[in-house]
Amino acid sequence: MQADPLLLYGEAFDSRLLLGTALYPSPQTMLDAINASGCDIVTLGLRRQNPKSRDGAQIWQAIQNTGRKLLPNTAGCKTVKEAVNLAEMSREIFATPWIKLEVIGDDYNLQPDPFGLVEAAAELIKRGFKVLPYCTDDLVLCQKLLGVGCEVLMPWGSPIGTGQGLLNRYNLRTLRERLPQVPLIVDAGIGAPSQACEAMEMGFDGILLNTAVAKAQQPALMAQAFAEAIRAGRSAFRAGLMQKRQTASPSTPIVGQPFWHQQKQQ
Amino acid sequence: MGFMVTISINDELQQFPAPPALRELLSTFSAANPEAAFAVAVNGEFVPRTQYDAVTLNDGDTLDIVSPVGGG
Repeated sequence: MQADPLLLYGEAFDSRLLLGTALYPSPQTMLDAINASGCDIVTLGLRRQNPKSRDGAQIWQAIQNTGRKLLPNTAGCKTVKEAVNLAEMSREIFATPWIKLEVIGDDYNLQPDPFGLVEAAAELIKRGFKVLPYCTDDLVLCQKLLGVGCEVLMPWGSPIGTGQGLLNRYNLRTLRERLPQVPLIVDAGIGAPSQACEAMEMGFDGILLNTAVAKAQQPALMAQAFAEAIRAGRSAFRAGLMQKRQTASPSTPIVGQPFWHQQKQQ
Repeated sequence: MGFMVTISINDELQQFPAPPALRELLSTFSAANPEAAFAVAVNGEFVPRTQYDAVTLNDGDTLDIVSPVGGG
């Protein structure tokens, strides 16, 4: 098979699945899921230390041991100032300029604030970050993010943690058609491997997900299922899907049909 | 008892007899959380490691100390 790496900010990755590290029942379950997924990139976050819980230190140690590339997020930030400062703290702790930029505008659907997102992205890029913005599927927002220097975009499929899949196929297809050269990763809302496969068939470059794997009864098995679905969807996109049509068309040749099938249909 | 300096550390109010040095507060944090990697913001502004010795907190300041967690 021809090599088909995912290219993000000049780096090549074999896997097109990016996996979150939250919500697993235990650090070991998380590690098993990461291994089963074959992912090259994992997301993680920063929070105030809870003195009663040492889970954070354990998970961080476990994530470091995986050797995967780290994509820290600014989850929970609602203002440009919060996001920029959390990104700076991430860069120091994780020693990477990569940041999954989240600026949340509404608590109900955790929808990105498009105005804050563009402003924060512009500031972070000025400061030398490689910004992967978690954005909506709005074409003009995506164009603005590219305009301030983002080289990768991560539109939502549906709101975080809902598992509703691709809610607005028209918008997603529009992004793919209008931004053919931009790496587009569907981030959030993917609940089933079939949904991830569909996004990949549409030509998206990768899938970022967390809850669907972490909350499965068997996270490692679900991680493997997603990896397979994403590979299948990617291969299908590269192979070229047939056009749908209304009328049936026989797949078995008509020429050479036995005589008893040659009677005229009523 | 004279004037006390009140600092909010990770949303918990703490009082000090004099404005504490950031380095001193972080030493206390590290002693309580020996395994924790952390980064710091004072009044919502990131303070790089190289600046720890240069910062003293004043009455009403907030200190946020954050550490890695799983995230999506």
